Amino acid sequence: MTIKGKAYIAGIYEHPTRHAPDKSTAQLHAEVAKGAIEDAGISKDDVDGYFCAGDAPGGAWPMVDYLGLNTKKLRHVDSTETGGCSYIIHLGHAAEAIAAGKCSIALITLAGKPRTGVMPPRAAGAEADFESAYGATTHNAYGMCAMRHMHDYGTTSEQLAWIKVAASHHAQYNPHAMLKDVVTVEDVLNSPMISDPLHRMDCCVVSDGGGALIVTTPEIAKSLKKPLVRLIGHGEAMKGPRGGKDLDLTYSAGVWSGPRAFEEAGITPKDIKYASIYDSFTITVLMQLEDLGFCKKGEGGKFVADGNLISGVGKLPFNTDGGGLCSNHPVNRGGMTKILEAVRQLRGEAHPKVQVPNCDLAIAHGTGGLLGVRHAASTAILERV
Amino acid sequence: MSETKKYPAPVTNPETAAFWDAAKEGKFMIKRCTACGEAHYFPRSICPFCYSDKTVWEEASGEGTIYTYSLMRKSPTGPYAIGYVTLKEGPSVQTNFVDCDLEKLKIDQKVKVVFKPTDGAPLPFFTVA
Repeated sequence: MTIKGKAYIAGIYEHPTRHAPDKSTAQLHAEVAKGAIEDAGISKDDVDGYFCAGDAPGGAWPMVDYLGLNTKKLRHVDSTETGGCSYIIHLGHAAEAIAAGKCSIALITLAGKPRTGVMPPRAAGAEADFESAYGATTHNAYGMCAMRHMHDYGTTSEQLAWIKVAASHHAQYNPHAMLKDVVTVEDVLNSPMISDPLHRMDCCVVSDGGGALIVTTPEIAKSLKKPLVRLIGHGEAMKGPRGGKDLDLTYSAGVWSGPRAFEEAGITPKDIKYASIYDSFTITVLMQLEDLGFCKKGEGGKFVADGNLISGVGKLPFNTDGGGLCSNHPVNRGGMTKILEAVRQLRGEAHPKVQVPNCDLAIAHGTGGLLGVRHAASTAILERV
Repeated sequence: MSETKKYPAPVTNPETAAFWDAAKEGKFMIKRCTACGEAHYFPRSICPFCYSDKTVWEEASGEGTIYTYSLMRKSPTGPYAIGYVTLKEGPSVQTNFVDCDLEKLKIDQKVKVVFKPTDGAPLPFFTVA
């Protein structure tokens, strides 16, 4: 049993806003749902599966009601919550549901307002009394990973900076990007230290906004007008300190989700033409590239240096929309935008300055939670048919 | 600044109450499984490695080395250093480093436990040994 080729991404939409003081979070969900439904060329009354995560106000049933989905037809819901990679996991789960005949047109939405609204608090886990007082935040949790990676492998701040430099080269062509200025390695190193060894420019933006996907059967996708993009491999995994035994913060759960996705797809990292890699921080990208097998563990610094991630310059064009580092990081969750730019690349709809020629195989990979504490990872491999 | 920082009192629960009772006596406890011999942290009733329920409390030395750290410079309560300490007994624990020069922390540096008061049971932190 496999989901390879069983589900197609027929509709995509990224909200153009990065700052939405005049909109509600539910409204942003509705606007991205409408955008993806119109992109696919279907009616909202055709949707029979709905997927959302912790950013959806009230969860699945209030959202289904608010969005006015057709409850006579809706027969599959999934509110899996794994932070930023929730939507990559949803994509896999939607494919599973479609392959099993549990739904035929799935809608996945993400939206929220970390800049202009209140973010819902994260529920406490069993570890709360033993960790919450120590103030783990995204910045310092990823800082701890970077610090140890530098210690074990000699990774440098200059190498990490190249990831931001590459993202900025792409963002200059994205009219919606929050940060459009091309930056240099020196700019990154001269930006203020936030949480050692991460500088401000090693960190992603904070943006309001959202995005949505329509996932459907091969038959329905072929009846619509968009270029055909299908899911051929998917993986998900989780990692944590697990009682504190053999702690190793230099790798992520991507070491498990990646190989699962590549095996299902029947391809290797060498076959990938474009990579969407979650870039909450520069170190996130570096570790995930290693974990996914684009280079050996510890050689990520060398791999990302000298523009190797810049479209048209390097060997692995990444995050050609500018990514979370420069364009958009709606609700502090990067998984959705990773899928969206991968689909644009496969459709040939990326900006001409960053479009990868003959882009037929792409990866969208992300993590959720805190890499330095406990997290999930998910990998999707997409193919243009 | 760490002296003036107010830390939240542990909520505690039946599974972990013994840890906090010991903390009031200045003792830093870990759990060890008598079936597989492995120590773990934070404490659980069921061993996370072999799933035996034969786990027992053990007073740890409170000594260890820094596995990693990050000095958080942007905080309304002032800079603080979060990190993991690998205890002599094996498990690595998340903590903050206190009562020492946070600019001079180093991976592999020796550290020891120190308790800080809350409105409830005291919380374990680590400082340079």
